[in-house]
Amino acid sequence: MRYLPHTPEEIASMLATIGKESLEGLFDTVPTDCRMTTPWSLPAPKSEWELDDHLRELAGTMRAGTDAKVLVGAGSYHHHIPETVRSLAGRSEFSTAYTPYQPEMAQGTLQGIFEYQTLTARLLGMDVVNASMYDGASALAEALLMGLRIAKKKKKVAISKAIHPHYRAVVRAYLRPTAYEVVELDYLENGRTDLSGMADLEDIAAVALQSPNFFGVIEDLEAASVAIHAMDALCIACFTEPLAYGLLKNPGQCGADIVCGEGQSFGISRSFGGPGLGMFGCREAFTRNLPGRLVGETKDLEGRRGYVLTLATREQHIRREKATSNICSNQGLCAMTAGIYMASLGGTGIRQLSRLNYDKTQYLKEALIRAGARIPFAGPVFNEFVVEFPRDFGPVSERLLAKNIVAGLELGALYPELAGRYLFCVTETITKQTMDTIAAEVRA
Amino acid sequence: MNEKLGTGGLILNEPLLWHKGKKGRIGMSIPASDVPAAAIAEELLGNGVDFPDLSEVDVVRHYTRLSQWNFGVDTGMYPLGSCTMKYNPKTNERQAATPEIAGAHPMLADALCQGTLQILYELQQYLATITGLDAVSLQPAAGAHGELTGMLIFHAWHRSHGAQRHKILIPDTAHGTNPASAALCGYKSVPIPSDEQGMLDPALVAALMDEDTAGIMLTNPNTLGLFEEHILEIAKIVHAKGGLVYGDGANMNAVLGVIDAKKCGIDVLHLNLHKTFSTPHGGGGPGAGPVCVTRELAPFLPVPRVVKEGAIYRLEHDRPQSVGRIHGFHGNFGILVRAYSYILTMGEAGLKKASQLAVLNANYIKEQLKTVLHLPYDRPCMHECVFSDLWQQEYKISTVDMAKRLIDCGYHPPTIYFPLIVHGAMMIEPTETECKDDIDQFIDTVKTMVQEAAEQPELLRQAPQRTKVRRLDEVQAARCPCLIGPTGDDQ
Repeated sequence: MRYLPHTPEEIASMLATIGKESLEGLFDTVPTDCRMTTPWSLPAPKSEWELDDHLRELAGTMRAGTDAKVLVGAGSYHHHIPETVRSLAGRSEFSTAYTPYQPEMAQGTLQGIFEYQTLTARLLGMDVVNASMYDGASALAEALLMGLRIAKKKKKVAISKAIHPHYRAVVRAYLRPTAYEVVELDYLENGRTDLSGMADLEDIAAVALQSPNFFGVIEDLEAASVAIHAMDALCIACFTEPLAYGLLKNPGQCGADIVCGEGQSFGISRSFGGPGLGMFGCREAFTRNLPGRLVGETKDLEGRRGYVLTLATREQHIRREKATSNICSNQGLCAMTAGIYMASLGGTGIRQLSRLNYDKTQYLKEALIRAGARIPFAGPVFNEFVVEFPRDFGPVSERLLAKNIVAGLELGALYPELAGRYLFCVTETITKQTMDTIAAEVRA
Repeated sequence: MNEKLGTGGLILNEPLLWHKGKKGRIGMSIPASDVPAAAIAEELLGNGVDFPDLSEVDVVRHYTRLSQWNFGVDTGMYPLGSCTMKYNPKTNERQAATPEIAGAHPMLADALCQGTLQILYELQQYLATITGLDAVSLQPAAGAHGELTGMLIFHAWHRSHGAQRHKILIPDTAHGTNPASAALCGYKSVPIPSDEQGMLDPALVAALMDEDTAGIMLTNPNTLGLFEEHILEIAKIVHAKGGLVYGDGANMNAVLGVIDAKKCGIDVLHLNLHKTFSTPHGGGGPGAGPVCVTRELAPFLPVPRVVKEGAIYRLEHDRPQSVGRIHGFHGNFGILVRAYSYILTMGEAGLKKASQLAVLNANYIKEQLKTVLHLPYDRPCMHECVFSDLWQQEYKISTVDMAKRLIDCGYHPPTIYFPLIVHGAMMIEPTETECKDDIDQFIDTVKTMVQEAAEQPELLRQAPQRTKVRRLDEVQAARCPCLIGPTGDDQ
């Protein structure tokens, strides 16, 4: 076995040093009743080349292969990833290091995460951003728990029904064993969240909205945050597509207190939904209530600039059951990846790319309208939108799939009232030609 | 090899990203637009994002230099106790990067993603057979996330049995995530002290376990690197009072093929794929923390579940007793592919051998270093051993000084000041992928360092000196936090 370096002679000599007869003897303290006696049902070990073949075979069963045009977003987006991002984030000095608990030999990770925190804070309009959470969904659950901690006595949170259904499911799972209650706010005819009934709610610690929301619709966050603050609650802005803020007003500018969401769009492959990147930021006043790791700047003995993990007294390894969260790790390498991606795009590039996503999405939307489709939600959108077709879209969808185009996500399983409607996503990876093909099939 | 490992080297300085570049540069190619510009309402528009503009070369140099200030398993020995810093095989990276797999969208119809579903299904089966438990969920994104899932399962199970409980037993050797995870489910932690042998005493568990206690969370081997010999008796006591047993599998690398979790009386167990199953730690993540459960608890696992019908794999959502969803999609899938690749490469014999060699390496180090470092629990250890700085205190040298000196010598230090019950703890976990020569060299280095502690203590107190920065002022960092770089005109 190529990962196990010991020769039989070395094993014998090491056993002699310890005073054991055999490798099995090392486990004498394990009671017989606890022992594994059933043989495992594992395949025979594969050579490197057999493993390559096996994975190639599995890859071959993926019907939406590498040449497929996938017009589905819904929280996982196909953007071009530059080779530099893959190659730099793949450097094993980054990937094979542990959490930077020994900062003198982890300045690469630490400065990289500090830069990630800074660029993300600028993107979201927040004062502080942590070193990341598991994903957008768990980040939202943690944000609501944080809101409840800050509000102290209040027992309820409200979340928009236009937040990604999976995120809402995670929130429910996290809060179910607690004494807290989750209230859902319905959406309006234009696809934006209905805030009209909110003033009647009592005991609300925080209200969470997603923008652009699950339907792709850009919420009126400014008006929402005013209304939320008027009821003395915190405004939590959530997102699945951070690229939107390259073009749109950021949540901080719109008055959000806590911003959280998924950063997969920034150089991280979809990889069947993970690993992703839970981006998480807040206003300065709430820093000590933040969950998760934080990197801070300091100086060494000789006055040189350096970075360390800091404010650990919020965290589980110091505070144990009184910690702000049970989270121990972060998605370190994914945060580094997003940092590299943001640096590669730059301020000029992110505006351009964001605009391109917007323009292409408008193009498909209008092409589909011309082909006879209806857009049920009139609210402005970024790179996703909901479509209603004049006839059953099933056969069209099959014909498009035959042309290697995965056209939209049917919404019935997630929103029964929207059965038959489709959520489309257009990014810079989709050409005009593909969009014209879709429109032509709809018309046909 | 007698030559010393740690030496100086050319380290390049590198400014922060926003001190580099020029407005108008770009570091990646953006497709030209093939559609007309669309109108956008003025009130939606932002002012643009204040990112520095860098060229591709700027970005490449920046991150390459940063990487050179880091130390990883690929650089050298990383005997960080309880973290299992074993070698992360290169082929696993390649498999996870298979274009069809890395590019798979998580929301498409099952029929379009049979390959990725098959990987999930088979990995579940493999982890079940390896642990001896019946059913597995791969959703948890990390060990602590697995613990939370386990506690949610405890909570849901007790609810289904009519009465909710409010306490949970947690040994004083436990990792901080255990009480923090339990607290999220409203459980109050009741600490159990370990005895002078470093073991949990069943009599103490019996005295504390009652009908308001949901169960016990224990790590086995425990964080002292010792096997909890009374686990079966403890499990029986907990079960007799209607409680459940949670096994923190953080230290599973010691006992692959040795223990059967179900026979130990464990009801829920999480595994850290980034420890035992060789996936890279990534400077703090992403990891993966699957939970394995008994047949009785399987209905409570997170949804969706991956099931196989005939030759077809599909996702099943309709599980009324499930704790629900705990990840946006299917967990850290890319990490799961790496662990899957590792298991297929190692096979049964390879995995069992890995544990044997991990325990051999740890005991070998323990035997050779116990003459120079204080060993608080002198018993056969599993995959790690815990020393203290007791014998160095007369020279006013503490654990942190020894750790920092090891950095200058070219090693990542052991875990320090954990577990909390050992004052000035140094927890050494070599893992199975370190060869005897390298371990011998490490042992020699530690022995030399211990001698230096007596003869040239300043060498330790001033360490490290060969790194890019010397000891950093952590107090200052926490007192006046600077968590993001300057914005606007202050840059």
